[in-house]
Amino acid sequence: MDLENQQRVKDLAEKHGKDNLVIILGGAEAEASGLACETVTNGDPTFAGPLAGVQLGLACYHILEPEIKDEIDAEVYDEQVSMMEMVLDVDDIIDETKKYREMYSEYTE
Amino acid sequence: MLENKKVAILGDRDGVPGPAIEECIETTGAEVVFTTTECFV
Repeated sequence: MDLENQQRVKDLAEKHGKDNLVIILGGAEAEASGLACETVTNGDPTFAGPLAGVQLGLACYHILEPEIKDEIDAEVYDEQVSMMEMVLDVDDIIDETKKYREMYSEYTE
Repeated sequence: MLENKKVAILGDRDGVPGPAIEECIETTGAEVVFTTTECFV
């Protein structure tokens, strides 16, 4: 996750409260999605950015996860996401994002 | 779950881009406070 966005997420968590902020990912690959989820929950694993050693514990989901998909207007989801849903490795992306969320997120409902 | 929450979106140019996710999240009752589209290449 790029360093500028790490700083943004850190600032937003301070501004809005960690329990009130949800991160939604759109990553194309399972590994990158898992890494982003790890970064906003347990801190930057590469220790390169502003979130190094910062355990925000935020709620973090991928847009393809049913918990999120089910809350979105079906017609809009269909228009905006369903095309990519057909070409991405949905199960792997969900497994990897969920793995880190379940390990490190403190604010998942 | 998303209703009344603040949402930060980290889209992906090769996956689902930020603006597409934003359109979706706006239908849930959450407030989008940040949207970006990363490029992992």
